[in-house]
Amino acid sequence: MPAAAIARFVLLEARRSGLPWLVAASVAAGLGLAAFLSQVAVTESVALQTAIVATLLRACAVFLVAFQVITSTQREHDDKGLELMLSLPLSRHVYYLGRLAGFAACGAAVSICFALPLLLWSPPQAVLLWALSLCAETAMVAAAAMFFSVVLVQLVPAAAATAGLYLLARSIAAIQAIAGGPLVEPSLPQRLARWSVDAVALLLPRLDAVTRSDWLIYGPPGLGHYAMAIAALAVYALVLVAAGLFDFHRRNL
Amino acid sequence: MTRDERKLSAVPGWLWAFLALALAAQVALHSTGPRLRAAPSELPPPPAPGVLRLASFGEPAAAVRLAMLYLQSFDQRAGNDIPYRDLDYGRLIGWLRAIVDTDPRSAYPLFAATRIYAENPDPRKARAMLEFIYREFLKDPNRRWRWLAHAALLAKYRLHDLPLALRYANAIDRLTTRRDVPLWARQMRIFILEDMNEIEAAKVILGGLLASGKIKDPAELRFLKRHLEELEARQAGSNGAPKGR
Repeated sequence: MPAAAIARFVLLEARRSGLPWLVAASVAAGLGLAAFLSQVAVTESVALQTAIVATLLRACAVFLVAFQVITSTQREHDDKGLELMLSLPLSRHVYYLGRLAGFAACGAAVSICFALPLLLWSPPQAVLLWALSLCAETAMVAAAAMFFSVVLVQLVPAAAATAGLYLLARSIAAIQAIAGGPLVEPSLPQRLARWSVDAVALLLPRLDAVTRSDWLIYGPPGLGHYAMAIAALAVYALVLVAAGLFDFHRRNL
Repeated sequence: MTRDERKLSAVPGWLWAFLALALAAQVALHSTGPRLRAAPSELPPPPAPGVLRLASFGEPAAAVRLAMLYLQSFDQRAGNDIPYRDLDYGRLIGWLRAIVDTDPRSAYPLFAATRIYAENPDPRKARAMLEFIYREFLKDPNRRWRWLAHAALLAKYRLHDLPLALRYANAIDRLTTRRDVPLWARQMRIFILEDMNEIEAAKVILGGLLASGKIKDPAELRFLKRHLEELEARQAGSNGAPKGR
């Protein structure tokens, strides 16, 4: 099965590019930070350690996976590996989906490694839900990074676009709340601004609703709420895959 | 992850010296420079509603705890005779309110308000902080009663304001409805009216909290134990002081 073989090579490349060392360094940094925080907090020291370490490791997972996707796609482009692969009896979508599956598997491995230290402070059920959510989040980020890498080709624009999408998706709910706050003057420009924000929100995933550190502190969310949040992420990943495949099929290579 | 490298001896001597000198200069500069300390006057205005949530990027639980550590750094110098004396309590309360609003389930801001900031020797500042605790208690009495219980003690023993202490005690009795709120908390009124000194009262409250299993965090246990020891030392120092009113 060619897609599985391509995914395996993506994983092999990740293993050889030093990603395991970066994962280990992130875990070590998280544990060091936790030890420091336990000394400075006057209360909620366990909650503080859990929240900060989970937030740090979530950001590290997303950063590592996004850069792995972008640099790998860039290398494939620069080394003419893409042309070589497409000269084989292999359709474009098999190549694209195979690589994306490899990056998603890479994200899942990173997520599991990052979830393990959280068992020190949180119950296994909450950590499991957090880890599964991080797997889905990194898969979506991989899809976004791959989409931007294919469309924008250059490393810096692709990285900037991925980071911009991610940060905006994490904060759009707060921006909407500010735009629709009770103290805001009900004028036409204000209404236009609120509609614009709502329109932008329609095009973004709700990343503020997934992989939340408060699941680890106050208990996991209801299963219905959790399943809805993950399903929304999966739908958004499908949109990115469809858009990426669309652009990839159109390109003259 | 391997690199094709030459031997260390391939690096010229001047480059070794240059690297060592640059590193030494960095360490020397950093170690002799003044240590950054947050002065009380530098506490910035509190963030507008929603801004802290925006800055949290969807992780309010982590953001509010970081914000509390940030607040804690103001005027918490070692050897400071009167901690938080110069802190602008208007701004401080604004910060605490923003933090509570961002993550209402976190115990950190109300713990700090009660156990640290409300113990300010300036009665005006202490009173402002107690009122903040009371207002926040009203929003969620079943979860926040323990801070108002301590606020009632502070009102009685530090501000010597019995009506205020009774107002807080009555509020706990009237507004808490959950069954796990202990009886002693609901009967704070009797407790406030009893003739006992501050240490006895603090011990009863602390013992009650420990027995109810409300305090589990090791840092909080450490802090409360140290706090009790400080109270005992203070009372030993002022022997012969009149008993609680």
